[in-house]
Amino acid sequence: MPFTEEHEHFRRVVREFVDKEINPHVDAWEAAGMMPLHDIFRSMAELGMLGLEYDPEYGGQGADHLFTVVLAEEFGRADHGALGMALGVQVDMATPSLHQFGTPELKAEYLTPAMRGDMVAAIAVTEPDAGSDVAAIRTRAERDGDEWVINGSKMYITNAVQADWLCLLARTSDEPGYGGMSQIVVPTDAPGFEVSQKLEKLGMHASDTGLLTFTDCRVPLTNTIGHEGAGFQQQMAQFVVERMWANYSQVTGMERALRRTADYLRQRVVFGKPLLKNHYVQYKLAELAAEVDLLKHYNYACAEAYMAGQDTTRFATIAKIKAGRLGREVADWCLQFHGGIGYMEETWTTRYFRDTRLVSIGGGSDETMLQVLARLDGYFA
Amino acid sequence: MRIAVCVKQIPDPATPYELDPDSHYVVRPNDQVLDDTDRYGVEVALQLAEATEGSVTLVSMSPSGNLQGIRQALAMGADKAVIVDDESLRGSDSLTTAKVLAGAIQREGFDLVIAGTESTDGYTGVVPQQVAELLDVPSLSFAKKVELAEDGAVRIERQTAAGYDVVQSAVPVLVTVTSGVVEPRYPTFKGIMQAKSKPVDTLGCGDVGVSPTTTQTIQAVEPVPAREAGEIVEDDGEGYAKIVAMLEQVKVI
Ligand SMILES: Cc1cc2nc3c(=O)[nH]c(=O)nc-3n(C[C@H](O)[C@H](O)[C@H](O)COP(=O)(O)OP(=O)(O)OC[C@H]3O[C@@H](n4cnc5c(N)ncnc54)[C@H](O)[C@@H]3O)c2cc1C
Ligand SMILES: Cc1cc2nc3c(=O)[nH]c(=O)nc-3n(C[C@H](O)[C@H](O)[C@H](O)COP(=O)(O)OP(=O)(O)OC[C@H]3O[C@@H](n4cnc5c(N)ncnc54)[C@H](O)[C@@H]3O)c2cc1C
Repeated sequence: MPFTEEHEHFRRVVREFVDKEINPHVDAWEAAGMMPLHDIFRSMAELGMLGLEYDPEYGGQGADHLFTVVLAEEFGRADHGALGMALGVQVDMATPSLHQFGTPELKAEYLTPAMRGDMVAAIAVTEPDAGSDVAAIRTRAERDGDEWVINGSKMYITNAVQADWLCLLARTSDEPGYGGMSQIVVPTDAPGFEVSQKLEKLGMHASDTGLLTFTDCRVPLTNTIGHEGAGFQQQMAQFVVERMWANYSQVTGMERALRRTADYLRQRVVFGKPLLKNHYVQYKLAELAAEVDLLKHYNYACAEAYMAGQDTTRFATIAKIKAGRLGREVADWCLQFHGGIGYMEETWTTRYFRDTRLVSIGGGSDETMLQVLARLDGYFA
Repeated sequence: MRIAVCVKQIPDPATPYELDPDSHYVVRPNDQVLDDTDRYGVEVALQLAEATEGSVTLVSMSPSGNLQGIRQALAMGADKAVIVDDESLRGSDSLTTAKVLAGAIQREGFDLVIAGTESTDGYTGVVPQQVAELLDVPSLSFAKKVELAEDGAVRIERQTAAGYDVVQSAVPVLVTVTSGVVEPRYPTFKGIMQAKSKPVDTLGCGDVGVSPTTTQTIQAVEPVPAREAGEIVEDDGEGYAKIVAMLEQVKVI
């Protein structure tokens, strides 16, 4: 991959930032079920880590995509998955549509403050009765004068409790299926908006995930992102970048997990010798590491295609399936080779095991990815 | 205020060092990093320069390599760098190093020179005082705080065993800072992108008026002997007496 000296320099800075400013707080954030996203994003914004690829006019940095790869990779090495996910939402899941399709006024009001770290963003697509099947969403926005009046609910929304605004996908006409949806910026202080519940989860404990309800919630029509009625298509494009972020960050998480496991097994003596002297253990770790490496280079091919302006749906989809499954396998083997201590809360393996499990579900489940892939590659009838 | 900061590029302490089998000198890789302790000096310099609309010039002597370490400091905000890279300086002792640095600083012009207390790899801790002597300026050492006095003089809190002394000098002056004097900033994305286009002058011995003379050669290098197992004292209630006897035997009490 053509990483330049600047990319590597940026990598060292992000790595140090994660080591010194993030990791020391992770245990407390996990215990609290919350992390101070405004503070974190503000300090990152001061260093120019937010909005890397966005227009400098709206708080972006005008950087190339490889800087995003570096940022995602280095946050993937953090001591938990929650912040990497929250950051991904802020820079690559809730904001790409706004950056690409939003009016200058809408961007100035919501994108610029988000990239300065003054506002936290969330992406609200999933509903209690519509996850994998996005076309089944029922949240509706009706026109009333120069406002949208929104009714419905959104489920499992990351950053929900702290968000200052949401990129909402809602039905804006009676057209069934994929048509008739729009993306709308909903500020969370809009009347009729409520975080009904903060949800308890298996992992990603520091991340605030919520159930949102909209009861005659009013926002200006001018909060519509891009074309009215093109919401589904815009969201599908936004999902692609979202998945790329997840794929980049998983790789480094897995690399680190395998290294940490090897370090432990070098010390741990069982049957009179370090566990890492067993071929079985060596080969398992080496093979997993090799698979991680394949994914890493597949990701780089994806990044290169993206930079060349190509459609990366297929790359992102295939990598997402692999990242989810391989992550589960790596987390499971790391825990397994640690033995009893690997099952203890005091060891990193437990949190890693829980956090990694999400990748096969969030951002589109493995099965949804396979459905997309089967269509793309013509394996369907 | 024109500020010169002495910064050293060193092999990354996180990676194992290698010695050249013939000369026994450390093999300096292309990738070197900024000595961590020099980040404090750079930060102090940047803050003083910001307060006085001054400039910060980095001065360094080492093989340039890919300049990675120097660019770290440029990305933090320093204006330019001067690096003396001359094969004949390999194996220089601290006095030769000081002559080179002093020559380069003199050439640039300065009001204030900032250096670390001691480097991470060589740690003789004598280079800065030699530089001050050669520049014929006072040296204020072990600063845990640096500020400008009302009359433009430099005032420091010098770390002592008991606390600190307040010491002050008119400029031009040299100050050595301890780590912890300030929290060094992270380079910003913009800083990183700008670092490459900042001027870096690469000089040889002649440019700084030094003719190197080899004053030291390394005859042989032996690995540190492996640590022997310690002696375990069982405490039967009189264990302390045995420990006192052992300490007396090795003459530490
Ligand atoms: C921690 C967390 C954070 C999240 N954050 C957000 C967020 O910020 N914003 C947001 O909008 N959403 C978010 N989600 C929601 C996430 O995107 C959905 O959970 C996911 O898309 C799956 O939808 P679902 O839960 O409704 O599962 P369902 O659609 O009910 O599917 C259940 C299971 O059925 C299987 N399945 C689905 N389709 C098929 C098929 N065609 N063939 C065979 N099997 C199939 C899969 O195994 C799937 O896991 C989050 C979820 C979690 C758990
Ligand atoms: C070709 C070549 C090879 C070299 N190889 C080595 C080597 O293998 N090992 C080694 O330790 N040194 C090497 N040097 C550098 C030089 O020999 C040492 O810097 C010198 O001997 C002083 O060392 P110190 O680290 O003990 O200084 P200290 O007195 O401990 O350093 C105190 C402070 O003085 C300043 N300072 C010290 N040295 C420099 C420098 N070179 N440039 C800028 N500021 C400085 C810094 O601010 C530092 O914090 C090499 C130089 C060249 C040109």
